[in-house]
Amino acid sequence: MAYADSAHGHEDHHNHTPGFFVRWFLSTNHKDIGTLYLVFSVIAALIGGGFSMWMRTELMHPGVSTMTLADGAPDGHLWNVVVTAHGLIMVFFVVMPALIGGFGNWIVPMMIGAPDMAFPRMNNISFWLLVPAFLLLLGSAVVGGGAGTGWTIYPPLSAAGPGGHANMAVDMAIFALHLAGASSILGAVNFITTIFNMRAPGMTLHRMPLFVWSMLVTAFLLLLAVPVLGGAITMLLTDRNFGTSFFSPAGGGDPILFQHLFWFFGHPEVYIMILPAFGIVSHVISTFSRKPVFGYLAMAYAMVAIGFVGFIVWAHHMYTVGLDVNTRAYFTAATMVIAVPTGVKIFSWIATMWGGSITFETPMLWAIGFIFLFTLGGVTGVVLANAGVDLSLHDTYYVVAHFHYVLSLGALFGIFCGMYYWLGKMSGRQYPEWAGKIHFWTTFIGVNVIFFPQHFLGLQGMPRRIIDYAPEFAGWNYVSSMGAFMTGLSSLFFIGMLIWTLAKGRRVGDNYWGEGATTLEWTVSSPPPFHTFEEQPTIKEEQAH
Amino acid sequence: MSSGAAKNKRVGLVCGGVVAAMIGLAYASVPLYDLFCKVTGFGGTTQRAEMAPGAQSDRTIIVRFNADISDSLNWRFKPVSREITVKLGEEKLAFFEATNLGTKASMGTAVFNVTPQKVGGYFSKIQCFCFEEQTLQPGQTMDFPVSFFIDPEIFDERNLDDVKTITLSYTFFPAKDATASDTTASLAQDLRERR
Repeated sequence: MAYADSAHGHEDHHNHTPGFFVRWFLSTNHKDIGTLYLVFSVIAALIGGGFSMWMRTELMHPGVSTMTLADGAPDGHLWNVVVTAHGLIMVFFVVMPALIGGFGNWIVPMMIGAPDMAFPRMNNISFWLLVPAFLLLLGSAVVGGGAGTGWTIYPPLSAAGPGGHANMAVDMAIFALHLAGASSILGAVNFITTIFNMRAPGMTLHRMPLFVWSMLVTAFLLLLAVPVLGGAITMLLTDRNFGTSFFSPAGGGDPILFQHLFWFFGHPEVYIMILPAFGIVSHVISTFSRKPVFGYLAMAYAMVAIGFVGFIVWAHHMYTVGLDVNTRAYFTAATMVIAVPTGVKIFSWIATMWGGSITFETPMLWAIGFIFLFTLGGVTGVVLANAGVDLSLHDTYYVVAHFHYVLSLGALFGIFCGMYYWLGKMSGRQYPEWAGKIHFWTTFIGVNVIFFPQHFLGLQGMPRRIIDYAPEFAGWNYVSSMGAFMTGLSSLFFIGMLIWTLAKGRRVGDNYWGEGATTLEWTVSSPPPFHTFEEQPTIKEEQAH
Repeated sequence: MSSGAAKNKRVGLVCGGVVAAMIGLAYASVPLYDLFCKVTGFGGTTQRAEMAPGAQSDRTIIVRFNADISDSLNWRFKPVSREITVKLGEEKLAFFEATNLGTKASMGTAVFNVTPQKVGGYFSKIQCFCFEEQTLQPGQTMDFPVSFFIDPEIFDERNLDDVKTITLSYTFFPAKDATASDTTASLAQDLRERR
């Protein structure tokens, strides 16, 4: 549009793309920005995944072998730095960019029949803020010994005082989160505006595909949660550098307040990471069962309910700070309530499959894998929701297993699900089915071998965030590390397959999944033209979702 | 399309307003949290009162004292007696002894709470050295007083039936601003005379 005019001085045609630099660096096209997000996410995943391989290598045997100081003593701070970098990278630079920036940008405008996002240039800055944010975060892992605070950056560990981090590392991590947060907020504003204002005629909110619903709820969660993180880390920054004492008891502050603020952001954040995956899985299940999704409205409003309840359960992350028994009773009950809308979704997916004409192409395998693993993680979540039980499981590997089942396996399976589902649409080339299946099965087995034994370790009392462990825990840790290496190899296989597909994959037509794929993105070519839906389609009821 | 652009701008601005409001709310949470703790005794925050109602019951509670000191304040700080037994509603006076081990006058301020934290709303102080900053000359030792009572309403709160012991804890930090209040001695004198 505007750049095509100025760069070439004539009307743009379909598929008339600008030159390399203008196309990729000054991009205002939702598909190109989506591609940038996906590429960024893959690169960040390799780095964040590399950190987890290092951690599992260290934990493979009791004793400290790789993370040592010059004199061979265990370097616990280095361990903390690696844990922190792994967590922050995976949350802010892998899962969110892939699900929200990547698939959200690519698919949402096409699904609602819009020509692009509402604010294309703001979309560009959303992506490009993420790059310096990532560089700052990587810097925070190496400057001044690194930031070893955990992704939760609790003071006083993250403060500048004794026992904290006096050097610049934590400041850099804070700025990285500021930039990533600004990027997310701008992206959220863009999604909300696009979804509210730019739907094709006839596409009412109640005819909107579920992935678009999931992005709408996610965008609202971002809008309400991320500014609170921004406020909290800004207070932390001024505490560290400018003598305020929001969280310092010496000046009348309270470190517990930081935990409240962090988790007021942090709990919605975990739904921000999983809701888009819910949306993707709904489409995939429906496509490969060749049935419309069961209980469409209940599915949409279950996401709204999860988003709402997500804001009033935050203190279940802080049962051990000394909350009153009544407070803990409330947070236990409220947390368990989340299982209700989540159950609505799980059972509706199963009901969608029920009686369907199911085929098991790779995206369907990831979707079913997602349901299985997410349910397992959800069940341990209900266990942990009990304040009384949590007091003994808090900060053990049981918690690590729980949140990796819902995130590393839930959100990540959602990402792969979307990747296999839409790769042909986005690139015009289809992955080899056998390779996708190998990738799925090796990953599925690998991640279960990593994380299932961690339930046992946690129940036996192995604490998280510690570089070493008692020899009694050696067996399951060894198994867990083996699973990690299997998953690592599987991921490298995926990267190779992705490159091969983009270069040499079989070309596919508009709707290569056939009758089950009914949303609007399947009505355009694969890959879609540079500009789609400049003439908006009209949606009739039978076409919806 | 221009009306579309205007509509987009409107929604965008509303979203921006929501973001600004949430940042404001994050900052507003600081005084609100403080107020919430003071009002409800959340986190073991003690209450302030003008006077004690006097012993209302034979039920007694043991009050223990704990004294900590920040690494960055070169003082010694300890309770004069480890624990005392109080009747509900009865005003009691306790002393904490602090000594400046340094070679310069220094100023400290004490933060405090009680455990179990659920009794914060029922533990009332009438006078306390922790209400003000304290200055000690090099080598000076001073007894810091606190007078308090336990609200007899604790008797009616079933959630607190198990409370037999309350620990009152202080931690001294270096005071941040330099305006000293040297009222401790006179305060202690006052309280001794009132007994």
